[in-house]
Amino acid sequence: MPTDHIQYQYKPDNLAASEPNKFKPENLRSEEMIVNLGPQHPSTHGVLRLEVLMDGELIHDVVPHLGYLHRCFEKHAENLPYNQVIPFVDRMDYVAAMNSEHVYAMGVERMLGIADQIPKRVEYVRVLMAELNRMASHFIAIGTYGMDMGAFTPFFWIMRDREHILRLLEWASGARLLYNYIWIGGLFYDLPVGFEEKCSEFITYIKPKLKELENLLVENDIFIRRTANVGVLPLNLAVNYGVTGPMLRASGLRFDLRKVDGYSVYPELEFNVPIGEGLKGTVGDCWDRTWVRMQEIHESVKLVEQCLTKLQGEHRRTKEFNPQAMVPKKIRPQAQDFYIRGETPKGELGFFFRADGKTDVPFRCKGRSCCFSNLSVLPEISRGILIADLIAIIGSVDMVMGEVDR
Amino acid sequence: MPDFQQILNIVKGISAEAAVDEKSSPKAVVVPAADLLKVCHELNQNPELYFDMLSCLTGIDNWPQANTMEVVYNVYSIPFNMSLAVKVILPRENPAVDSVMSVWRTADWHEREAFDMFGITFNNHPDLRRILLPADWEGYPLRKDYTQQQYYRNIKVEY
Repeated sequence: MPTDHIQYQYKPDNLAASEPNKFKPENLRSEEMIVNLGPQHPSTHGVLRLEVLMDGELIHDVVPHLGYLHRCFEKHAENLPYNQVIPFVDRMDYVAAMNSEHVYAMGVERMLGIADQIPKRVEYVRVLMAELNRMASHFIAIGTYGMDMGAFTPFFWIMRDREHILRLLEWASGARLLYNYIWIGGLFYDLPVGFEEKCSEFITYIKPKLKELENLLVENDIFIRRTANVGVLPLNLAVNYGVTGPMLRASGLRFDLRKVDGYSVYPELEFNVPIGEGLKGTVGDCWDRTWVRMQEIHESVKLVEQCLTKLQGEHRRTKEFNPQAMVPKKIRPQAQDFYIRGETPKGELGFFFRADGKTDVPFRCKGRSCCFSNLSVLPEISRGILIADLIAIIGSVDMVMGEVDR
Repeated sequence: MPDFQQILNIVKGISAEAAVDEKSSPKAVVVPAADLLKVCHELNQNPELYFDMLSCLTGIDNWPQANTMEVVYNVYSIPFNMSLAVKVILPRENPAVDSVMSVWRTADWHEREAFDMFGITFNNHPDLRRILLPADWEGYPLRKDYTQQQYYRNIKVEY
């Protein structure tokens, strides 16, 4: 191979860190040291790098370094028509793509003023998909968290159950993770024939498995001792840092955008919003966060059941039904600034749009990522704890680096 | 629960030049950059408003022809369940505005992101570094007239 084809040539300064440490060795006290955690460490759930300032096992400060998975979502969105942004939205939170799509599609529909003309069946299918995906996302959160804490079996059990959800979603959309199923104004396809029945079967299957998982992991004494009273996040701190989702609810605030904003068909469905109660320790500790996620899976099961009842009864499949009937031919919102938010498994996902009214391309599209804000509280609750507890806190934040870095 | 007019009156009490932006949802007040911190502090502390959560902070570059940049703060009040947007318009040369980190800690990373992508300086921010891009990246990618560098550490950027 001719050498001029080799793009990369070694030079000494290539090895200099592109993201320098915040702490300099010469400024440290004699007992302090810097430990670099990640970016390729399994406990950091992706490519998060933590610069940890430590005294023995004790943590003095944590500095997260982000950006290892930055794929310029906002720059891409500024160069693509609204409908073509959806696959990019999928890739933000890649374990809960349906939820992100739902929020994005809803935002553009409201800007266009067609939000109230979307057929009910479309909305129910969207909520069904979003709740199935919420369950899958919480499965990942709890399973990998168990693995961080040294419990290997629950991870396999939960991955087996998650596979059933992914197969259902693949059946409907053709993809396992990145769906592009929810379109602006409608859906890619209607549900495949027989989907409702298979989905009901899955619900019957999953209910005892959830109980099993709860006994095996969440109520497990080892797990409780490892997570209770660790990483306590007080409510005022959580709100001030913009923490949302299960993390905020675990700190004791009953705040769920599905209830607060009541978007889509959520007001027609019955579900509870679980909050952290400090059953095993203090309100807002790592165990509470896991417990809230576990309870939310139960609520999602309820929501899926109700959606299935509606989809098999009132809004059943008809020959005339066209899920793309309301998909606009031309997506050109009037000139405006618009902020839309919705509840994804990890918290408040928001999109800020600026439409100029002249093109089909957003002038500016900012993704307000929930994990980004949730992660920013990490240094605050990690000071003065042991390094093993830091791993427990990282896992309990449940971030997906794809969404943090966008 | 106060309506938008009442919020506007409170804001005008702090900053007389505050204006309304009609084309925004949630409704927006445009305040001069010099008054931003005072206005945000009042929005957060006033017991009738209590905007306790900063949902989103967005930088916007209007084209070089317009010669302005904007920062939009989407704030939300949990107890009163209301949203508001606060906007500041900055010049395109040396855009700078006070950091609102003393009011909402959410602003810490969001301001770093706006600095990273637009080169907007946030005065009194304790740790204004790039957050998503490498520290030695050149230029501010979300500016409308951005052209990317040819080589980054001898690696060709364009593929």
